Amino acid sequence: MTLLGQFALWAAFLIALWCIVIAFSGRWQGRPELAATVTRSVYVIFGCLVVASLALWKGLITHDFNIEYVAAYTSRNLPPYYIVSAFWAGQKGSLLFWAVVLSLFASLAQLLTPRRNADLMPYVAGVTSAVAAFFVSVMLFGASPFERLGYTPADGRGLNPQLQNVGMVIHPPMLYLGYISITIPFAFAIAALLSRRLDTGWIHAIRKWTLVSWLFLSIGITLGMWWAYVELGWGGYWAWDPVENASFLPWLTMTAFLHSVMIQEKRGMLKRWNLGLIVGTFLLSIFGTFITRSGVIASVHSFTQSNVGYFFLAFLVVAAVLSFTLLYTRWPLLEADVQLESMLSREAAFLFNNLLLVGIAFSVLWGTLFPILSEAVRGSKITVGPPFFNRVNVPLGLLLLALTGIGPLIAWRKASTANLRRQFVAPLTAGVATLVVLLAAGVRDLYPVMTFTLAGFVAGTVLQEFYRGIRARRRMHGESVPVAFLRLIERNRRRYGGYIVHVGVLIYFVAFAGMAFKVEREATLKPGESVELRSPFGHTYTFTQVGISQYEALNRVVSAATVQVSVDGKPAGLLTSEKRQHVDSFKRPTFEPSTEVGIRSGLREDLYLVFAGAVGGTEEAVYRFNINPLVWWVWFGGFVLAFGGIVTMWPGGGPTIARARPVQGGYGVSLVGAGKEAER
Amino acid sequence: MTGQPGPSAPGRRDFLRAGLALVILPPVQDSLSGRGDLGTVRDPSALGRPLTPTDPAENAAEIQAIELKLACNCGCTLDVFTCRTTDFSCTYSPRLHREVLALRNQGLSAQQVLDAFVSRYGEKALMAPKPKGFNLAGYLLPGVAITTAGAALTWLISRRRAVAAAAGPSAAAPEVQASDEELARLQRALDEVDD
Repeated sequence: MTLLGQFALWAAFLIALWCIVIAFSGRWQGRPELAATVTRSVYVIFGCLVVASLALWKGLITHDFNIEYVAAYTSRNLPPYYIVSAFWAGQKGSLLFWAVVLSLFASLAQLLTPRRNADLMPYVAGVTSAVAAFFVSVMLFGASPFERLGYTPADGRGLNPQLQNVGMVIHPPMLYLGYISITIPFAFAIAALLSRRLDTGWIHAIRKWTLVSWLFLSIGITLGMWWAYVELGWGGYWAWDPVENASFLPWLTMTAFLHSVMIQEKRGMLKRWNLGLIVGTFLLSIFGTFITRSGVIASVHSFTQSNVGYFFLAFLVVAAVLSFTLLYTRWPLLEADVQLESMLSREAAFLFNNLLLVGIAFSVLWGTLFPILSEAVRGSKITVGPPFFNRVNVPLGLLLLALTGIGPLIAWRKASTANLRRQFVAPLTAGVATLVVLLAAGVRDLYPVMTFTLAGFVAGTVLQEFYRGIRARRRMHGESVPVAFLRLIERNRRRYGGYIVHVGVLIYFVAFAGMAFKVEREATLKPGESVELRSPFGHTYTFTQVGISQYEALNRVVSAATVQVSVDGKPAGLLTSEKRQHVDSFKRPTFEPSTEVGIRSGLREDLYLVFAGAVGGTEEAVYRFNINPLVWWVWFGGFVLAFGGIVTMWPGGGPTIARARPVQGGYGVSLVGAGKEAER
Repeated sequence: MTGQPGPSAPGRRDFLRAGLALVILPPVQDSLSGRGDLGTVRDPSALGRPLTPTDPAENAAEIQAIELKLACNCGCTLDVFTCRTTDFSCTYSPRLHREVLALRNQGLSAQQVLDAFVSRYGEKALMAPKPKGFNLAGYLLPGVAITTAGAALTWLISRRRAVAAAAGPSAAAPEVQASDEELARLQRALDEVDD
């Protein structure tokens, strides 16, 4: 099967090269009949990569340990679902996963794009095939998943214990889906530039693809946080690690694009900026891949250091030069239809929102690369950890949160004083009320107080928008509140889905701020001994050591340490944390013992138990106890954000169906006798 | 005999269920019987590195605060406190912890302990570089860049508005005569369709 897999990779590579040549030369030579060939080539590339993937999966499932990848990432006693996820657990397999998903998206783009954009599709196929050819070439010339060993081990090494978690079954595919699908909007942007079809048509073609990417990336990042929290055991979910930052960068620029694209659709402005954002987002996704796979920056999440990093660096440079050169040559064609008329307008709010999002992306990138820069300039190494990123990014994040509430309150084109007063009173009151409650409750920490206050303001904005929409529907159609609420969302999914996303964002912020109050303590307990921790919500938790038990599971020896928990003196159950010594099918240890944390999650706070080890082989155990406030809300915020994203991109939805339409030129109204102008 | 299978005879469905259970259900946990006296574990090697009891004084809030500012140099990207209470195979963070304790026992203040680490291991010993010299570029550049871009944007928009105002009213915006009440109704209607 490895021969078949290798053959399929070569076939995919050669057909991709053929597709690139035909796609571009066919358009330039004015031969539209070649478009069908190009489309079929995209489908054949997908077919070839499916065959290659099935070949690798067969090797994994049949334990063909003569294949280096299978021996490195699986063992005979690995649970079946982790054998499936081993496909993307290592460098080589994940490259194949990337390539096959990219070719799937490329095929879907060809299949689903409306005929009105048919003239863009050969270029789209050319670009997606170029990216696919690059990924396949990395496998063929740098990291083949079908490489065979000179001997056949009796058993494989098994999967890294930290990857033996359900989060790692679904988190990497989600993140990859987000990263990979960015290629499709990028391909449309390049196609629009090449064909000089720079009206809003291509924007409509890619908006949903961008939303798909954004949604997958959002889910992938949230699942990554969850995996880090339950598996890595350090007690948090975001450490500003370079690989975490690499996934955050394209999310930020994509979020900026999803806001600024509205200005292009409504007002014909920011065409250059939007193209730059799409190109930049794609390049950041490749940069993230470079960081993850090159080992150039230390990270707990990265693959082992290998030479494939150079492939990605070269591809990054070539893609950046070609894309920005193309953008430069089309610069004069990207003139805005109208100019911004007022700083007090929603366009201006969106501009500053974009400035902040891109500014935060720059800040994160700058912090990620600063150790390398510092070493190059000063010759000495430095560590740039969470204190640095928090210091630089928390104020920017708070400004962004404020704009999340301000943006929807300001009218398009130009807001009047009356409009501002009418819109801002209720949200500002909500924010001030939140502040008063916090101060009355004795909360004095600056950043958390600011976060909760701004969250109150944003919540006020969203509630006001829903309230006014429901009231209008009730007045116009006589609907009940629940019906009006559902129809409001149904008829304008984009707008109200966006507000739901904003709710998800504010929940994230509140939950992140909660971690400022976390409590942690290390303690050693003999059976029957206790330790007490007081939570930020005023509860007293008592942890009493019960003991340590050992048992064998499928591929590991488990040492489970258990404590009895009581809250304010009342029993509240048991909490167990484990040490796991993974073994192969011959009972030989495969990795260092790993730790499984014990978590008792609640709406207010999580109890987080880490079993460090035992003293002298007895049941006297060393623990770290954490009380982490509001963590549950991070996962809930992710759910709300994803739900809002799905509502926004759901097909249909009344007046906001994406269609080619002339840009609104705006209109002005003069008051009779009043001598003033109110404009929208 | 009627030829009917007995109640205990497994059928094809039982095999199917068993097969599905193998794939779906979590593995059965076989308990190992304990060995020796109460209070000892059967296989201490499965617990990793043997630990010594922690002293509450070693984990005082001020020690924790110092260690949260010091980077472990095992490559984990965590601070000393988090690493030594998370990655129990790391041999660096326990050693750095003992160094912190030793320096504190010498009577050094928290800042002096941090300075001692910097002089021993270089600036990389800190979780974040000191905000001075070249490091200021790291801290300030993002904020400066955003502020500058924001100011430039504001200036550019104001300038364009001034140019547009000098050129006269836009031909694309024909004026409509309306009363206050009509304008208010228009405003409400626009609010309802506006996204």
